[in-house]
Amino acid sequence: MRRISARAVRAAAGSAVVVSLLAAATGCGGGTSADGGSNGSPKTLTYWASNQGPNIEADKKTLEPELRKFEKQTGIKVKLEVVPWSDLLNRIMTAATSGQGPDVLNIGNTWSASLQATGALMPWDEASFGKIGGRDRFVESALGSTGARGQDPAAVPLYSMSYALYYNKKMFADAGVAKPPATWDELVATGKKLSKDGKWALGAEGSNLSNNIHQVFVLGKQHGADFFDAQGRPDFTSDGAVKAVKQYVDFMAKDKIIAPGNAEYAQNQSLSDFAKGRTAMVLWQAAASTFTSQGMADEDWGVAPVPVASGAPGQGTAVNSMVAGINMAVFKNTRNADGAMKFVKFMTSDEEQRILCSTYGSIPPVKAAQSDPAFDRPELKVLRETLGASAQALPQVPDESQFETVVGTAVKNLFATAAGGGAVTEESVKAELAKAQQQMPQS
Amino acid sequence: MWSRRIFLTLLSGFVLLPVYVMVSSSLKPLQDVSGEFRWLPSGLTVRPYFDIWETVPLAHYFVNSLIVAGAATVCSVVIAVFAAYAVSRYRFRGKRLFTVTVLSTQMFPGILFLLPLFLIFVNIGNATGVALFGSRGGLILTYLTFSLPFSVWMLIGYFESVPRELDEAALVDGCGPLKALFRVVVPAAVPGIVAVAVYAFMTAWGEVLFASVMTDETTRTLAVGLQGYSTQNDVYWNQIMAASLVVSVPVVAGFLLLQRYLVTGLTAGAVK
Amino acid sequence: MTLTTASAGTRAPEPAVRKTSGAGRGPRRPGRVRRTALPYLLLLPALLLEILVHLLPIVIGVAMSFKELTQFHLRDWGAAPWRGLDNFRLVVDLDGPAGQALLKSFVTTCLFTAASVGLCWLLGTAAAVYLQESFRGRGFLRALFLVPYALPVYAAVITWSFMFQRDNGLVNYVLHEQLGLLDSPSFWLIGGNSFVALLTVSVWKGWPFAFLIVMAGLQNVPREMYEAAALDGAGRWQQLRRITLPSLRPVNQVLVLVLFLWTFNDFNTPFVLFGRAAPEAANLVSIHIYQSSFATWNFGAGSAMSVLLLVFLLLVTGVYLFLTSRERRVSRG
Repeated sequence: MRRISARAVRAAAGSAVVVSLLAAATGCGGGTSADGGSNGSPKTLTYWASNQGPNIEADKKTLEPELRKFEKQTGIKVKLEVVPWSDLLNRIMTAATSGQGPDVLNIGNTWSASLQATGALMPWDEASFGKIGGRDRFVESALGSTGARGQDPAAVPLYSMSYALYYNKKMFADAGVAKPPATWDELVATGKKLSKDGKWALGAEGSNLSNNIHQVFVLGKQHGADFFDAQGRPDFTSDGAVKAVKQYVDFMAKDKIIAPGNAEYAQNQSLSDFAKGRTAMVLWQAAASTFTSQGMADEDWGVAPVPVASGAPGQGTAVNSMVAGINMAVFKNTRNADGAMKFVKFMTSDEEQRILCSTYGSIPPVKAAQSDPAFDRPELKVLRETLGASAQALPQVPDESQFETVVGTAVKNLFATAAGGGAVTEESVKAELAKAQQQMPQS
Repeated sequence: MWSRRIFLTLLSGFVLLPVYVMVSSSLKPLQDVSGEFRWLPSGLTVRPYFDIWETVPLAHYFVNSLIVAGAATVCSVVIAVFAAYAVSRYRFRGKRLFTVTVLSTQMFPGILFLLPLFLIFVNIGNATGVALFGSRGGLILTYLTFSLPFSVWMLIGYFESVPRELDEAALVDGCGPLKALFRVVVPAAVPGIVAVAVYAFMTAWGEVLFASVMTDETTRTLAVGLQGYSTQNDVYWNQIMAASLVVSVPVVAGFLLLQRYLVTGLTAGAVK
Repeated sequence: MTLTTASAGTRAPEPAVRKTSGAGRGPRRPGRVRRTALPYLLLLPALLLEILVHLLPIVIGVAMSFKELTQFHLRDWGAAPWRGLDNFRLVVDLDGPAGQALLKSFVTTCLFTAASVGLCWLLGTAAAVYLQESFRGRGFLRALFLVPYALPVYAAVITWSFMFQRDNGLVNYVLHEQLGLLDSPSFWLIGGNSFVALLTVSVWKGWPFAFLIVMAGLQNVPREMYEAAALDGAGRWQQLRRITLPSLRPVNQVLVLVLFLWTFNDFNTPFVLFGRAAPEAANLVSIHIYQSSFATWNFGAGSAMSVLLLVFLLLVTGVYLFLTSRERRVSRG
């Protein structure tokens, strides 16, 4: 028996060593290479692109010829992975945690400050901007959504977008509506005329958290409310915020111009409803290519600025869009910092901006590229003017990503209540928002 | 027996309903699945079965899933056979500790060790250059361990039901213990081993959470890849259903072919 | 060897088995010394993997639960500040929102698990008992009933989510349009009904496992017992109560435990059914923890919740095994 126990002890000791070794190995955490990146493998780059086109395969077909062009120019081979939106944030976060990620990546521009706080992205100081042709090449509003104020941006703008009101010309004509609504009162009045016979005036994506945020953020601005105070602390229950959220949900609850079924939409079903003539209006960013792919002819739909409370869109309480778009960031742990810079320079060059933005139906955030006639289509003109004059960036605070989750969920819950025929009152909105605020990290 | 007839009919209906929806929707044109539900398609089409390979690289995901699930199954079975043989045929210190520990891992919520496991893989990669994170290898390792506790437990039961006299006779004949295991015990335990293999394969084929964090474009498995059908543009329900069917057929067919073994295996092994 | 291997306490005593099979053979037999190492060698691969994939991550997970792990510290979590019991205090403070949300999710999960395990067991047992006797089509039904278990989780759940769509799903079409049971189409994937939807899917997926196990268990009930009972004039119902259910007892004890653990920890079903943000009525603990960790980037609090969950499951399992093993000992003695 003694021999066995001696062996057992040895075996136990052996596994204890293994455990402690592994623990030590894991204890040192992520991020092994030095900050600021190195140039260990100068001939390759890994690039995570976001899904901009109709599907992943389409994106690959769009990007690969450009990447080959880049390889020809610089000799650097870019390994492309198009990451679906459902995975992108998680993938970036695991990359940040482990220090193992791509060299260059696309991020939703609203995440800039959140991701900036992880320290995983390379900050864009003046010198870095210099390497891609300088900060002034970019439109100011797009730069406003690249990170917290007072810090070097965490990313540079790649594609810009803004919201517009898309409407079905035929349905408008049939209902005797001459021009698209310019104020919310007009929208509700028009909407009541349009919502009948199983058709509805407005589409919404009630279960899509980000879309909910984009809409209530703009309405909040119009009510003079921000969802964060000057110190970056959450302030979800101000009068303006409550009114904004209530106004949005009321389109379904009180005005009944949104179909109740939209409460569970989260996969752009509202666009397919619009393309099939079931709803007359959607508030969306750069939707043209989707309509085309759904078989809706270009002349069947029109585009107008998103309504405001009164007057014309502008700044302050006349804001009518968030600054939507995609930013491009360089991963701090890159092993090819110079190549990454070259690649960002390539992707933000006037030429590539023209090609990519016109394919994706977005606005180039690069000033020089905007003048191209490709961006003079009526739709893009509206989007561009909105972006230039009356769009505001979502709060650039580290907790922005949590804000999208909790307030987006609050709006989703309210839509669910409204769709089920329940009452949506100022109190219930305020209670829902208070609950959301409590879920924010306490600091 | 009326009660039996009624009960079994209702139950069959419940079981078949989603299967019917899957099959019929996969044969419908897109407008049939994006409007109100209809029992019968307005026209039959097999286009979704062609489109699914174009919309997402389904074949690629399929191969990944096959490699991952296949390798995880083989390794899991071999390792479980060794472990179960040791427990069922030997007396040694720490035996109870081993069985209790292995079985108790069944109750660990996956979410608790998702992030730590991910960090361990990354650090092993950094320290040794063996890429586990983002590779099929890491996923294989993970999945085979998921099915291990149940497999070990079931095989212990099965091996105990194989008469000891058999391998003792082999030992007397001069076989080594491993030879006795493979010559005598394993052949006698085929139903149990098949049952374990089926279980291991299904576990690996269907897992979503770890696959969504631990894979990238090149190693993505079907469980994650199927999400690709709901895209920016539209939800192609007919393609989703066609793809679901295509990825289900191999497992379901295999399972039904082997179900006889499964019942025998469970009967003799786990629930005796 | 019985299914109750799961419980250390009820294992059939090893020496008894030994005695019947060749007395002098044991690990200590002279000349066979090398074999003392053999069992350990055979266990080594399983042991190493368990350590790597299960035990070590648990240790790290527990360590994380004492740290402040938000986006500010994720990048180098080893250097993240220690927070002692702060995370635990946060998630169990029933006056605070985090604690309340966790409690609510926990209660939801308990209700869901109880309902799902109960229904799975009931359907599985009933189907197995009905299929005990042979009749035409029995083999077919047996195969059919196993299909939900064989289908990959995501394929099955995606199909259900399609059926539960409000505007173009089968469920509303049947209940509202065809049968007129509902005044207006309901939501199944958001709001209160989502609990029912989740339960339906979970039972649909889970009951065949109960069916399979009970069916296997029934094969071990000797025919003669029924024949004897029939001679005594016992009807079907009495046979069920007097023979079938008591013989299934040991099988059921472990089956219920396994179903409980799987259902309680189920992540795949709600995740595929509802996506990232599950509706409150169907917010299972596993999803809640995922939300708290990944969506709000607070991995410390998420780990603390996981640790609590693990402790809870250990307690429940321990008590359950203790009670069932004691009951068996009593009934045996």
